[in-house]
Amino acid sequence: MSVITESAVVDEHHDHKPKGIKRWLYTTNHKDIGSLYLIFSLIMFFIGGTMAMVIRLELFQPGLQFVEPHFFNQMTTVHGLVMVFGAVMPAFTGLANWMIPMMIGAPDMALPRMNNWSFWILPFAFLILLSSLFMPGGGPAFGWTFYAPLSSTYSSDSTALFVFSVHIMGISSIMGAINVIVTIFNMRAPTMTWMKMPMFVWTWLVTAFLLIMVMPVLAGAVTMVLTDKYFATSFFDAAGGGDPVLFQHIFWFFGHPEVYIMILPAFGIISSIVPAFSRKPLFGYASMVYATGSIALLSFLVWAHHMFTTGMPVFAELFFMYCTMLISVPTGVKVFNWVATMWRGAMTFEAPMMFAMAFIVLFTIGGFSGLMLAITPADFQYHDTYFVVAHFHYVLVTGAVFSIMAGAYYWLPKWTGFMYDEKLAQWHFWCSLISVNLLFFPMHFVGLAGMPRRIPDYALQFADFNALISVGGFLFGLSQLLFVWVVVKCARGGEKATAQVWEGAQGLEWEVPSPAPYHTFTTPPEVK
Amino acid sequence: MTKLSSLRWSLPALLCTASVNATTMPLNMTKGVSDISMQVYNLHMTIFWICCAIGGVVFSLMFWSIFRHRKSRGVTPAQFHESTKVEIIWTSIPVVILILMAIPATKTLIAMEDTTEADITVLITGSQWKWHYEFLDHDVAYYSLLATPKEQINNRFNKEENYLLEVDRPLVIPTNKKVRFLMTSDDVIHSWWLPAFAIKKDANPGFINETWTRVEEPGIYRGQCAELCGKDHGFMPIVVIAKTPEDFAIWLAEEEKRNAEARAEEQELLAMNMSLEELMTVGERTYIGHCSACHQASGEGLPGIFPALKGSKMVQQDMAGHINMVLHGSSGTAMQAFAKQLSLKEIAAVITYERNAWGNNTGELVQAADVHAVLQGKGD
Repeated sequence: MSVITESAVVDEHHDHKPKGIKRWLYTTNHKDIGSLYLIFSLIMFFIGGTMAMVIRLELFQPGLQFVEPHFFNQMTTVHGLVMVFGAVMPAFTGLANWMIPMMIGAPDMALPRMNNWSFWILPFAFLILLSSLFMPGGGPAFGWTFYAPLSSTYSSDSTALFVFSVHIMGISSIMGAINVIVTIFNMRAPTMTWMKMPMFVWTWLVTAFLLIMVMPVLAGAVTMVLTDKYFATSFFDAAGGGDPVLFQHIFWFFGHPEVYIMILPAFGIISSIVPAFSRKPLFGYASMVYATGSIALLSFLVWAHHMFTTGMPVFAELFFMYCTMLISVPTGVKVFNWVATMWRGAMTFEAPMMFAMAFIVLFTIGGFSGLMLAITPADFQYHDTYFVVAHFHYVLVTGAVFSIMAGAYYWLPKWTGFMYDEKLAQWHFWCSLISVNLLFFPMHFVGLAGMPRRIPDYALQFADFNALISVGGFLFGLSQLLFVWVVVKCARGGEKATAQVWEGAQGLEWEVPSPAPYHTFTTPPEVK
Repeated sequence: MTKLSSLRWSLPALLCTASVNATTMPLNMTKGVSDISMQVYNLHMTIFWICCAIGGVVFSLMFWSIFRHRKSRGVTPAQFHESTKVEIIWTSIPVVILILMAIPATKTLIAMEDTTEADITVLITGSQWKWHYEFLDHDVAYYSLLATPKEQINNRFNKEENYLLEVDRPLVIPTNKKVRFLMTSDDVIHSWWLPAFAIKKDANPGFINETWTRVEEPGIYRGQCAELCGKDHGFMPIVVIAKTPEDFAIWLAEEEKRNAEARAEEQELLAMNMSLEELMTVGERTYIGHCSACHQASGEGLPGIFPALKGSKMVQQDMAGHINMVLHGSSGTAMQAFAKQLSLKEIAAVITYERNAWGNNTGELVQAADVHAVLQGKGD
């Protein structure tokens, strides 16, 4: 096995690459494209984070201090869009590009030219979105969920730019998803059967199908908003025979699977890391695969739990409540399996494992508040308050983002060939862990006490907690600079990494040298 | 967009006065003042404790592993990696727990959605950014607007106790009666949320939602709009006063009388002419209350989203168009119809104000009769 890969490195013919800017613009190499996605995602993470800082600055104290309410709404909207489509999704796509071919023994992604396109249209989508902030009337200010008719009839002129940028993001996602599916179906090493595939590959396969199914729905929704605003259609205008609640049904039919698009790959990363640092195989591999599939299927049946207050028939509310509660079963199975994997292992606590364990605890807390939100009568009290903000930030920041951090530390030595600075990484972990809880945990209380989300100013009773939350926010933002430092330091050199960087790491990616050669497998490897 | 002038003095203020005005915040959901809100609270606490129990078990096991099954303690890892029996157990136990949770939730939900046999019905209409309350069985209807002065919001005056949670005219309902609320909207989607009643229901344009409450304790209850409805979403409070049925009847009679008097005054006004000073005073007050949220106190609007009135062609030249615009709004834009919201006097005054303030100086007066003429379709 290792003999084959050694020869791949030695043969220089397989390691040539163009130099300079052309290498990155024209590249069809899955590793280069993976890096581009990851760098892009990190930049977007900081842009979206800066907007969050503006929001937290304004909310530090009651009263309006720094920004006008209209600009505040633009910040909340664009923060959401940038984080979802610019930071979390591209980060997972970047990891997929880097790792899937290496994990399944393929030389590259199946459709490399399309891979280049699906990355390079993204920066333009975000350029359009961000530049709309500088238009007269400002950028999108209707929430990342852009409910009509606020986003159609009552929006500013930048809506057309918003719609086009979302179209481009959607095209990019669909192309990326097609590439993942075709790669996994066609390019696996001959001996890698379905039930031998690493969990990260499985979760990404399921995610890619979700993407292909729901991105066109999002495209439809934004197109209808566009025609309602500019071409006098009435999809969402009751006066013309439409229905504003129809928009929400369409949006959330996309939007609910979308939140699983942002968490399933995280499950895959955690399922790779926990066994490695427990030095024990993943507990219940088969049930993990089935749980992933069940979550994906159920995600299509629960969209209306975002809409309990819109005035649905009581039987629809009951149906969506029961289905939503049911999702906690496969999700629970996953958490139990991770804990069982740790049970009687021989654990060590390097940065990837620290992030993975924090993920398990904090994602579970987000899951609990999700279960509470599923209970319709109580949801009437939670809906559109900071309780919801706390819930989805636990799932998306301490869930998705922490898993991405865990994955980045886990695979960084494989990408760069150097070990990262463990001490700095531990600092990054502890600063992030403490500040992120200071940031999001008090939001539960603020929400229960009655503070609606998306308001630029609030009643006096919420003042102390908001000050605390803002301090947590600034600290969390600053902590992420440490991450950049660790990554840059690691890319520039350091202790040489071995092929199997981590003692307990399993999988094909650990059998090639570090850094992984530009073209990994010239002949399919043997899977044990 | 950033207000640099206020930045200078608010930075030091931020550092030292974050909690000066703060009142204590409850750390949990309110128990509320109706039977339903109590049920919702109990449901919330039940699920909360179930989650805590599950979390306690899972996290203890995990931390036990972290503590005991460390490599540094020299353990050799076990190699087990599946057990059908355990997996079946931890799939089926959660299902049982979920069923136990679903039963009370279903009961409460069905009770919440039963709006039949109401004693009194109130139609609530949301618009940017005010609530309109109409008692369908009585001749009472009015708008309810934020009463917190702009100076408090902009940190010029000290903030008072019910900052942002006070309105000029609260909704009044009787205690111990089943009050049915119908909800709709004039423009975008709003959401009428009163935590003490455990009510949150969207007000959708073109459709009507319904919900209900039966309040046991007289008192003042406060809430806010809970759906992002544009720029002033955070400034759309809800105040409900629950009065005993006797006090409520007195209040209702007074309101009906007041409505009748206002209509009589309106008729008298048609034959009268108001002076420029009077028109400008009433006009400025009306403008600040109803127009300045969009068109700004300076009349300059927000470029690209709300048009400027200062120097506007319509305001300076086209009087009939101007009156029509204020009365009927402009469909497909955020400009509302004010014909129902404001009296003829207020509309006449605000138009006069707009045509003479900020250097528009047309010198033209608009009287209630002029507005009435356009309203009747007799204007030119």
